[in-house]
Amino acid sequence: MGREKIREYANAIGVHADINHDGEAARAAGFRDVVAPPMFAVVYSAGSVAAGVLDPELGIDLARMLHGSQEFVWGEPVCSGDTVTTTTTVADLYERAGMEFYVFESVSLNQDGQETVRGTWTNIVRAG
Amino acid sequence: MALDVGNSIPELRVTPDKYLPHRYAGASGDFNPIHIDPEFAKAVGLPSNILHGLYGMALVARAAVAAVEGDPRSLKRLSVQFRGMGLPEQEITVTGTVTEASAGRVVLAMEAEQAGNRIIRNAEAELALGR
Repeated sequence: MGREKIREYANAIGVHADINHDGEAARAAGFRDVVAPPMFAVVYSAGSVAAGVLDPELGIDLARMLHGSQEFVWGEPVCSGDTVTTTTTVADLYERAGMEFYVFESVSLNQDGQETVRGTWTNIVRAG
Repeated sequence: MALDVGNSIPELRVTPDKYLPHRYAGASGDFNPIHIDPEFAKAVGLPSNILHGLYGMALVARAAVAAVEGDPRSLKRLSVQFRGMGLPEQEITVTGTVTEASAGRVVLAMEAEQAGNRIIRNAEAELALGR
């Protein structure tokens, strides 16, 4: 996790607190280094989820796909200098009202094996 | 402000500027042209380039964290449904109401609205107090 990437993301979503930008302030508040806003989870876990979305075996019609809903459950905060590894599984596949639902679950662990976030990503493919 | 059941958290009002989707694309790595190319977006039937849904979710997370003095460790869970499309250069309002409060745990019902269009609905945030 790069400090400048965390700052860039924080700026893009309008988060300007010292702990998200300044290492000294973050350490004084009990973090290892500049701490990522919770939704930074998207930045480090989406690549793993995308590999699932694009998996030819699932054959998702991307042109008709919508991101229907999203859930994150957070654990250990992510700080600059951390190494986070994300694994994604297909949690559920179903059809309702003529639409296909693809539910992915991502689990992200830091360098000490602590869970930083668990994501549930629901993509909907419209009938067409 | 007391986080008692039925109370509202302070509203968050944000007007994303014309180039916000480009900065968010760079920050997040999501360069889908529907977010950054108005001509492409119109060609596929959208009114204009649209905001990233996860940007809207980030605003909801911001409002929830702000309600507990800005400590990101307080936000334990956030679930949202993406519905209407968000557009640049129009104000977004994020609101939240306390639905549960007990033993240091608070649950908020939240949504994000833009020009009468609820772009994020049925959002639920769970906060842990006293970190």
